[in-house]
Amino acid sequence: MIRSQRWKGAAFTLPFQLGFVFLYLIPIGYAVHQSLFREQRSGLGLGGATVTFAGLDNYRHGLTDPAFMSSVLRVVLFACVQIPVMLAISLLLALCLDALTARAAARFRMLLLIPYMIPGVVAAIVWINLYSPDVGPLTSLGGFFGSSWNFFAPSMVWPSIGNLLTWHGIGYNMVIIYAALQAVPRELFEAARLDGASETRIALSIKVPRVRGALVLTGMLSIIQMLQIFNEPALFRNVTPQTVSDSFTPIMIVYNQAFNAGNYHYAAALSVLLALVLGVASFLFYRLTSKETD
Amino acid sequence: MVMTESATERPETHTLRRLARPDPAARGRGGQRFLLLGLILAGAYSLFPVWWLIVAATKDRTGLYQTNGLWFSGMHLWDNLHQLVTYDHGIFLRWTANSFLYAGVGSLGGTLIALATGYGLARFDFPGRGVVFACVVGSFLIPIALLTLPLYLVFSSIGLVDTPWAMLIPCLINPFSVYLAKVYTEATVPFELLEAARLDGAGELRIFFSIVLRMMATGGATVFLLAFVNTWNAFFLPLTVLRGEENWTLNLGLYNWTGKRLESGIDLTSLVLTGALLSIVPLAIMMTAMRRYWRTGVTLGALK
Repeated sequence: MIRSQRWKGAAFTLPFQLGFVFLYLIPIGYAVHQSLFREQRSGLGLGGATVTFAGLDNYRHGLTDPAFMSSVLRVVLFACVQIPVMLAISLLLALCLDALTARAAARFRMLLLIPYMIPGVVAAIVWINLYSPDVGPLTSLGGFFGSSWNFFAPSMVWPSIGNLLTWHGIGYNMVIIYAALQAVPRELFEAARLDGASETRIALSIKVPRVRGALVLTGMLSIIQMLQIFNEPALFRNVTPQTVSDSFTPIMIVYNQAFNAGNYHYAAALSVLLALVLGVASFLFYRLTSKETD
Repeated sequence: MVMTESATERPETHTLRRLARPDPAARGRGGQRFLLLGLILAGAYSLFPVWWLIVAATKDRTGLYQTNGLWFSGMHLWDNLHQLVTYDHGIFLRWTANSFLYAGVGSLGGTLIALATGYGLARFDFPGRGVVFACVVGSFLIPIALLTLPLYLVFSSIGLVDTPWAMLIPCLINPFSVYLAKVYTEATVPFELLEAARLDGAGELRIFFSIVLRMMATGGATVFLLAFVNTWNAFFLPLTVLRGEENWTLNLGLYNWTGKRLESGIDLTSLVLTGALLSIVPLAIMMTAMRRYWRTGVTLGALK
């Protein structure tokens, strides 16, 4: 390739590069910088605040902050339950679709994708109202079964949010897994059938291992999203602040530290910590899942 | 131009092959019925909240609180709509216009930048190309809080907080769009065609605007659609950078309304539900109209 042409090619990416520096690199650098300082107010808070270098103190504080650590633990535990359940349902539905004729599969796929078309905030609003004892039909359904269900009780908040996320996510994950299933050569199934394998056996021993890549990918995307969960708990907090505290999830703590407590330095340190947790979690998940394939 | 056609037609040939595939008659009838039952149950689970929302939007306040949520009682949809668009001097319409502005204009600009970048990355070899691509992929792992908080500080120091720019500028740079655009370029724009155009004396800009963009119409539409949906659904960014309610998005407005009841005792449930239903309509229309694009976008983005 001619030299001048190369530079013209680079020029096509220039707007993106400039924007990336302005919207990604500078903010990240700024956050890291901010996280190394602290704001100190003089005795009565009258003399204004002075910013002093704090080294890694904010990070040390974050790692020993019980509110932050328990929010991370809370979200991780929740992810360990909700993500496998959601992916198992998605996989099962994808396998069901794969066994149908193409026309029927296309119809069901459209139907099951409807929740994905709904914005996350709206989905949360709808489910919160479905759960609501005043307007929702689900509480009275509980009465029908002989116990009154309170979806906003402390023990029920995570299952309630989990159901909402599962409802919202199965269609999308199913489509990805289904696409991977369709890429598997059909001859494999025919051969197995001729050898007398049952359909269940084919599904478990041929289809599931073949969509492993799609499962790893959807699992990874879900983990990344889950560690940053904010919208759903924030909306739940709007109706039930006594169960969903303002330090329910890591991002909620970051938001509160920044905008309610006015402690940008600490908020910056926490968001850097969260990025590290996210990186480590993705790396571990990737290593664990890809090792087994070898 | 031959290449364009073969590229855009790929989804059809794919479904054709699928249709032609022999029906797996080997499986028992009972098994098939069992599968269908499972899918129907899953379909009902997917659909019933939407159904409930539609029903709820047609009820007046007493109906909403006192009648069975899964069936109609009286038709008050027009009253609700009227109430919705007149409440607080029509602030809901303002939010709707804002959402359209941010999602429409932001995604259009973002798509153009993403297509140019994807083309540059896929069809040119320049020093630093690997670094740019590593930035694109690496940014998928950056938590929104890590970007949004410092962005707020940067924007507030240059006076952009609480203006439409605070929403529009971040939409222009979307690494996932760039990634998709690169994948689409690799699939649809052949090197030979570019070489031929160069031999004919066409400039690089001219090649991009009159050949490449046209060939990438399908890919561009997918990138735009996904970016539009993303921006329409955004919550954390607008919550952080928009303060005054005249700049809010639909999501932010509805969020605020759901909190009114505990905050000041005003029950806006009926308005929230009608507003929630309305806020889905543009997305539903767009996604149905562009069904083919976003389906390929969803799977392609995930599988490559």
